[in-house]
Amino acid sequence: MKEQMTIVRHEPLAKQIYELTLSGSLVQTMNEPGRFVHVKVAEYAPLLRRPLSLCDINKEAGECTIIYRAEGAGTTLLAKKCPGETIDVLGPLGNGFPVEAAKAGQRALLVGGGIGVPPLYELAKQLASNGVSVTMVLGFQTKEVVFYEQKFLTYGETYVATVDGSYGTKGFVTDVINERALSFDVLYACGPKPMLKALEQQFPQKEVYLSLEERMGCGVGACFACVCHVPNSETAYKKVCSDGPVFKAGEVVL
Amino acid sequence: MNRLAVQLPGLSLKNPIMPASGCFGFGREYARFYDLSMLGAIMIKATTLEPRFGNPTPRVAETPSGMLNAIGLQNPGLEKVLEEELPWLAQYDVPIIANIAGSTMEEYVEVAKRMSQAPNVHALELNISCPNVKKGGIAFGTVPEVAAELTKLVKEVSEVPVYVKLSPNVTNIVEMAKAIEAAGADGLTMINTLLGMRIDVKTAKPILANRTGGLSGPAIKPIAIRMIYEVSQAVSIPIIGMGGIQSAEDVIEFFYAGASAVAVGTANFIDPFVCPNIIAELPALLEELGFDHISECTGRSWKKGEPTVHCGT
Ligand SMILES: Cc1cc2nc3c(=O)[nH]c(=O)nc-3n(C[C@H](O)[C@H](O)[C@H](O)COP(=O)(O)OP(=O)(O)OC[C@H]3O[C@@H](n4cnc5c(N)ncnc54)[C@H](O)[C@@H]3O)c2cc1C
Ligand SMILES: Cc1cc2nc3c(=O)[nH]c(=O)nc-3n(C[C@H](O)[C@H](O)[C@H](O)COP(=O)(O)O)c2cc1C
Ligand code: FES
Repeated sequence: MKEQMTIVRHEPLAKQIYELTLSGSLVQTMNEPGRFVHVKVAEYAPLLRRPLSLCDINKEAGECTIIYRAEGAGTTLLAKKCPGETIDVLGPLGNGFPVEAAKAGQRALLVGGGIGVPPLYELAKQLASNGVSVTMVLGFQTKEVVFYEQKFLTYGETYVATVDGSYGTKGFVTDVINERALSFDVLYACGPKPMLKALEQQFPQKEVYLSLEERMGCGVGACFACVCHVPNSETAYKKVCSDGPVFKAGEVVL
Repeated sequence: MNRLAVQLPGLSLKNPIMPASGCFGFGREYARFYDLSMLGAIMIKATTLEPRFGNPTPRVAETPSGMLNAIGLQNPGLEKVLEEELPWLAQYDVPIIANIAGSTMEEYVEVAKRMSQAPNVHALELNISCPNVKKGGIAFGTVPEVAAELTKLVKEVSEVPVYVKLSPNVTNIVEMAKAIEAAGADGLTMINTLLGMRIDVKTAKPILANRTGGLSGPAIKPIAIRMIYEVSQAVSIPIIGMGGIQSAEDVIEFFYAGASAVAVGTANFIDPFVCPNIIAELPALLEELGFDHISECTGRSWKKGEPTVHCGT
């Protein structure tokens, strides 16, 4: 569950966006897309681990890939790490996307926003290999931070939207879905909360799975840092780290 | 020879290392990592009479060498802890110290009474020091007369020894400790978190939804050491020390200050194996420092007439 994994590759993909490939025996325990690893970036500072989603799992090579945005203290330090160095990884943690929810021949719509896009890659890969027809809608702020469009195209139609219109459709992922009248049997999404809310509201009758983000302490379910409310209850709760991060739409209050 | 076994009121500990309350849930999560029977004891999450949801999120914020939390005593309530969590923990050979909280004296007394009857609860830890709840919590922990009154009431109903958890958010911790000792407490646990706050540079708003939270982690260790040093010289009941412990060396430092056992909180989040690792490292460290038993370390920083440590011989 915890290992010093070795950095195999570490490359910038877009502005402030990095692709980090790690090798280690933990990879053999990674199955479900949408689960995350809790990464200790430095020995002392920053103190806490950082939750990052698994983007690609390659068991034959014994490697996994993470894509992250270097922004705050921890991820900025992470971006300075070089191949050959090791990092302390705890995981895989949480419950990921239910791949089996979409059956062979059915259509899955994968919707990602910004740094929520990475976990959809492993999901697209697994769905496609199960014979599910996958379509991606990826939203970014601007052209400079778009990544992985080509890689997603391997598995299905891929539409990109940017908020400022500098690339693809101008606007939000929901604009793409509406304009193209994209239809699906199962929807999987990861991204900022307003995006998840919009999707939940737009498709109340559909099978929708949403991956949430919350600030974490332990990442394993012990500290109650990452809880969210369950509908129609004052005291019932789910923990994003151990019950999620993926929930069925309606299961928790966004 | 077991260099680590420690006897405290109500507690016969294989070793003096235990996870701190609120940092280990009710043990289930960490049972995936190691056998909980390795631990000296477990301090379970604060329990109140009724289930509580706690504060809105974000509930944690990182700080230099520490973190702020404002969980707000979220817990499943006494009934569920008695019916599900404690029986589940009973499969392990480890004494439980039940952390109890409330908004009123009556609530504390009710929870204390019923909790102390559970077979694997060997001691109570009265949480009079939580900074994250509006009513109760810290109020009970900052006024010596109120803390003493509460201690007395809980002692009357409890079937197991009562440890009182001190808040560092006071001007005179010694006065507080003495009042609680005089009220009949069997031991003290210290320290709880220090009230703190962080503000987001981009939004100019507090990071925590609760605005303020309790500071824990290595940042508070020197404060814990100083307070234990002062309190242990003023009272004769044992102290379970906590605040920023991450290593076997930290444990020894707490003992030198005056602790008789220690609890590890925040460090569990950083390394889930921290408690068993410390337990494994302690015997060699004691050997190196020339101690036959860990209890020889208690109060070493202030005890008179003790030869200085024969390190490196
Ligand atoms: C389940 C899950 C999966 C994630 N997957 C990815 C991913 O694949 N790629 C990616 O770039 N980001 C991902 N994130 C967000 C990522 O965890 C944060 O961007 C990162 O923790 C920020 O750390 P920092 O050092 O840059 O920021 P700092 O500002 O230094 O962080 C301070 C503290 O706040 C926490 N924090 C800050 N922003 C977030 C956030 N958005 N979500 C949760 N905690 C936060 C940090 O973990 C840390 O404890 C994920 C978050 C979660 C909860
Ligand atoms: C997330 C979190 C939750 C906590 N919850 C409780 C609690 O329920 N009851 C309590 O007495 N102390 C609680 N504490 C305080 C710890 O038990 C401990 O006293 C404090 O964190 C100092 O130790 P540390 O620096 O090793 O974490 C909590 C601390 C943290 C970080
Ligand atoms: S982060 Fe600790 S319970 Fe989820």
